Amino acid sequence: MISITVQSAPFSVDMALASLEGLGGGAIASFVGLVRGDDGVGQMTLEHYPGMTETALRQIAEEAATRWSLLGAIVVHRVGPMRPGERIVLVGTCAPHRRNALDACAYVIDQLKVAAPFWKRERRGGEERWVDARDSDSGAAGRWR
Amino acid sequence: MVLTIVYFAWVRERIGIDQEKVALSPGIASLRDLAAWLATRSEGHRAAFEDMSRIRVAVDQEFAGLDAPIQGAREIAFFPPVTGG
Repeated sequence: MISITVQSAPFSVDMALASLEGLGGGAIASFVGLVRGDDGVGQMTLEHYPGMTETALRQIAEEAATRWSLLGAIVVHRVGPMRPGERIVLVGTCAPHRRNALDACAYVIDQLKVAAPFWKRERRGGEERWVDARDSDSGAAGRWR
Repeated sequence: MVLTIVYFAWVRERIGIDQEKVALSPGIASLRDLAAWLATRSEGHRAAFEDMSRIRVAVDQEFAGLDAPIQGAREIAFFPPVTGG
């Protein structure tokens, strides 16, 4: 079971992970990304490529499901404006045992960072600026090859 | 050949539009050729494509390299490196 959702509304971690509980696995692993609030950012806005976003996330989740023999995976990613402390993204994976669930979860978020068409814009004071991609993100994605 | 070109993030902001339809001459074979040609359309286009190392591309909603051919494409998107998650 692969579930991919791109939405502007906040999401429930509980409900997303509960959807993985009925699959018969012994292990569910998850990651939640939040808007950081430690460096003066007032608001963050996520732009995306409608159509391609869902396809790219599904492709990443399907790769993970195949590689780690998952029973299920879920990705929920918000778009639009959001504030420090709010949830941006959730990745959840379900497998018979924990090693595969944990590794697949890390893989999905590492790949999403470099292979899903989202772009972040930050507002500090009155100014908006686009966030630059990080070399550390491509390094993290590369370690799964 | 008529193509839809879509732009995102600061690429869109510099050009000033989020998409346009273009008719290409046969001489434009690769995505790199296309970017070079688009860069001549306005000052905004020139500024957007000024540093090609900061430009990424998708062809019919799949990531592609700049040396990939345009042949058969219907929608081409130009955007900065992605920053989701």
